This record gives sequence, structure tokens and C-alpha cells, in this order.
Amino acid sequence: MLTARVAVRLGTLDLDVAVDAAPGEIVAVLGPNGAGKTTFLRAVAGLVALDRGRVDLDDVVLEDASRGFRVPPERRPIGVVFQDYLLFPHLTALENVAFGLRARGTSGPEARVRAASWLDRLGLGEYWESKPRALSGGQAQRVALARALAIDPRVLLLDEPLAALDASARGSVRRDLRRHLGSFAGIRIVVTHDPLEAVALADRLVILEGGRVVQTGSAAEVTQRPRSRYVADLVGVNLFRGVATAGHVVLVGGAVVQSADGVEGEVFATIHPRAVALHRTRPEGSPRNVWRGHASALDFQGDRVRVGVEMSIVAEVTPAAVRDLDLAEGGEVWVSVKATEIGVYPA
Amino acid sequence: MRPERPPILIATLAIVAVGFFVLPLVGLLARAPWQTAISDLTTTEALTALRLSFVVSLAATALALVLGVPLAWVYARVPFPGRDVVRALTTLPMILPPVVGGVALLFAFGRRGLFGPVLEAIGIRVPFTTFGAILAATFVAMPFLVLTVEAGLRSMDRRYEDAARTLGAGRWLVFRRVTLPLIAPSVFAGAVLSWARALGEFGATITFAGNLPGTTQTLPLAVYIALETRPEVAIMLSLVLLAVALAILVLMRDRYLRAF
Repeated sequence: MLTARVAVRLGTLDLDVAVDAAPGEIVAVLGPNGAGKTTFLRAVAGLVALDRGRVDLDDVVLEDASRGFRVPPERRPIGVVFQDYLLFPHLTALENVAFGLRARGTSGPEARVRAASWLDRLGLGEYWESKPRALSGGQAQRVALARALAIDPRVLLLDEPLAALDASARGSVRRDLRRHLGSFAGIRIVVTHDPLEAVALADRLVILEGGRVVQTGSAAEVTQRPRSRYVADLVGVNLFRGVATAGHVVLVGGAVVQSADGVEGEVFATIHPRAVALHRTRPEGSPRNVWRGHASALDFQGDRVRVGVEMSIVAEVTPAAVRDLDLAEGGEVWVSVKATEIGVYPA
Repeated sequence: MRPERPPILIATLAIVAVGFFVLPLVGLLARAPWQTAISDLTTTEALTALRLSFVVSLAATALALVLGVPLAWVYARVPFPGRDVVRALTTLPMILPPVVGGVALLFAFGRRGLFGPVLEAIGIRVPFTTFGAILAATFVAMPFLVLTVEAGLRSMDRRYEDAARTLGAGRWLVFRRVTLPLIAPSVFAGAVLSWARALGEFGATITFAGNLPGTTQTLPLAVYIALETRPEVAIMLSLVLLAVALAILVLMRDRYLRAF
């Protein structure tokens, strides 16, 4: 069990997070650029000193800022696959993988044998003598993985493992990586800004925004119940904060919506853009949630058009509807949402 | 680069500038006694000076490497109060007149210098020895190595060192197995520049180490002395130094010198 309470100030970043990971678990730390993901990973690896907090691995303290105690990175049982892989350019693939074994005191011949078996295991048997610049992105990633795993770590950290690849290679490398990660029994933490990568590789997501954990849970939990604008945008839903009482939700900003969910107190409310209907005049009939606004942005996406309406809601309609409604940016429009289409859950 | 036709005045002055550099070379080559080249270069005085210059310049380069690479590492990696002042002091010999450097060395390590008696007490005599010539050459040459290596250290991707740390390498192993190989081109360039500077050293050497054939009389000193007595030997030795300088320029062409 890895327990990391990490507080680091670095430039404009104010990172203060607590992340736990159990053996056998793959955790993805997902967040936008500048959220502090890489700094978190470097802190766990011991490359950045904590200002506050502590890092424990099972019953071993790796760092405790309150006592000024700190195990240096070379003595932590942690393997790291860095962004861009950082294979030593002056060493062959085999020497790269053997580096950690040699540094930890394994004899030269023994280290070469073990490094070779790692390369074989990752399907790189014919690239022992290749220098990193002769390897493709996917091959380099596997060498980096072999190098990190060869030291027999108990924790494996991966920083944006697919970001260095071009889009065409990413799919197959992601599948390979998933397989190889599956065969490592320790704790695995993947840092990424790519939600697809996070969902494909990890059992559990930790959403990091502005140096704080804003949400954690399985991919399904996180995407069904977004708790931040960042996640809502990733999933593509409208997200509101509000207070619920007896079927009414008073949203931040004053609007009131009716909801079918029986939740009380501080809540989040989500509305899928497809559930938002637009009208030229005030609609009659069953929808109870009706507002007036101005269309602020039209965004064509294939056979759908996303219409931003001031009051901050996005509707997804067909191009035909845009034509029928005679929508233009800045034009007046009525918005309606059925109560059953609004998801409400505690904040 | 966008080609452009120069104004007449600029073109004229540029041609004068080229002539200023090329004419002395032409003069040297025109007076070179090609028929007796081999015999001139194999006179005892020439051979002695060649051999001594070889030893002194290589020893100075080695000394500059051993002391200069660590110094560059400290400058690039360790912020300490007064770093800029210290760096300026150790760069000074690059622009200081070498004679002044020689005088300073004399008053520090000479027999009547500040630290001379101490050195003498433990049996080390520096001035007017080959060791003194090596020190004089190192004094003027090492700043080139330090500046080049420091620039290399500052521009290298330090995340490679982080990667090595996470693989279990301590600081010394990281320096030896990762940092040094990665900055090898800078170290090489710095060493070559230092060696060239050491090979051409004149002022500090003659002031501090004197002009003793076989002990401190290096190539430039031999050229200067030979000019009085046997100018054809002076010309041939000058051509040797010229060829070395040219070879270094070709060797390091765009790759390293563009940084300067």
C-alpha cells in the first residue's frame, strides 16, 4: 500500500494532494496541463522534496517532511517511466536496461543476462545492441518499461507514457502497455492528461486540478457524476452547482430547475447537451425547466451542432434545427430541459 | 540568409579586412624555405622545442580537465553567494595580458613570491621549471575549458540524471556514467580549445618559467628566439603552429565554434 500525502510549492504551482494506491491496483492521475501531475510523480519518486506531508510504502517511511526525513531516489523501490522515456542516448538498449542493476551492485555479466531476458520478455530480442535513436517510439517505450522493471520495484510510476508517440502508433502501443502493466504485480500509477489513456489503462482515476484532487473513483463513477468543470468538459455534459430542496434545485446564479431525483442539500446537477431543447418562442407543455438566453457560440461537430447559450448551458441539436430556429450567434432563444433529464447528486 | 549586394564602401573595407589577415600568411609562405624544410625542422633546437611544447600543452590540457570540469560543474549546478565574482576571477586570464598573468604567478609561486617559500620548503620548485611552464599554460588555457563545459552542462537535459537516480545511481555514479558522456562533446571542444591556447602560450611562460631550451622553451619562445639567429627555422616552426591552428578550425568547424 502506497500512501502519499504530498504538499509542494513550485513556482506558481501549489500542490497539496493525498493519493493512496493498493498492490495490484492501476491508478491514473488525470488532469489538465499544469495541474501538478508530474510534480506529484517526481515527489513520490523522491526527485522533488516535500514541503509538507509524508510518503509511506507499506510500513516503510520514504519521506516525512515534519521530521526532515527523506530516502533519496536511488534508494526507493520505485521504477519510473519518464515522459519522452529518457533512454540514455550513449548506451545501447541492453546497457540502458542493465544500468539500474549495475547501479544496485549486480555484476556486469549477471546484469547483462537479466537485462537481455527483460528485453526478450518485452519482444525486443533483436534490439539489444540498438542505440535509442534507432528505436521507434513504441520500442523506446518498451525499453524504458524494461529499464524501470528490471530493478524489481514495488511501485511503477509512468509519466504520460503515450504522449511522445504519434497518433497512428498510440492505439497499438496502448494495448501493449496495458498488457505489460497487467503482468506487473506491484502498485502502478499512470500520470496523464489524456482521458482515453486513463480509462484504458487504469482501474481507478484520481482527477487533479490546480494542485488539488477534485474527484476519485472508477471511470464509470467519475464520468457519470462529474464533480468539476474539467471532468464535465471531458465527458461533454453541462455541470451546475446548487442547493436541492424537495425536488427544486436552486443553481448558483439564481436559476431554479425541477429534478426527479430525490436528493437534498448541496448538489451537482448534470444535463446532457442532447437533452437540451431550443425554441424560438416560449415552449408550451410538459417541460418545467424553461429559460431565455442568447446563443453565444455555434460549434459544428459532424452531424450535430453544439449551441452555447448564455446562462452557460450547451445544447446539441441538428443543423436542420439551427436553420429552422434561424439561430445566429447573439440571437435570442428559449431553452427547455425535462426534469427527468437532469442528474442530481450530492456535492 | 538573404543575399544582398553590399554598398561599395562596405565591400571595400571588408576586402581590406580579409587582406589584413591573409597577407601575413602569404608573407610567411613566400619566405618559407621549402628546400630545407625537413632539415630546418629537425635541427636540435626545433626538435627540442616541438617535443617540449607537446608535453607542456598536453599536460596543461590534462590539468585543465581534472580541475576545470569539476569547477564548471559547480558553476552550473551549485548556486553560492559570490558565484559571479568567483567566475569572473577564474575567467580573467582569458582577457588579461599573459605577461601580467606571468608576473602574478611569479609573485605567488616564485622563490620570493607569497607561497614560493612554502612550496620550496616541501621540495617543489615551480619557476623556471617545466612544471612552471605547464602551470603558466594551464593558467591561460583552463578558462576556455571551464566556459565551454559550463555551457554544455547548462544546456543538457537534466532529466537524464533524474532517470539515473531512480534506477539506483548515487550522485557520483550519475556524474560518471550519465552526465560526463552526455556533455562529452562540450568537454572535447573545451579540451581542444584549451590545448590550442596552451600550445600558443608565450607571455606568461617567458615571464614565469623563463626561456631555458629543453626545460621551458616552448615553440612560440623558440620561434621568437630563432627569428634573430636562424629566421628559416622560425618560419618553419611558425608554419607548424599555423597548421595546427588550421586543423583545429577545420576539426571543430560549425559544430562547436558556433557557440562562440
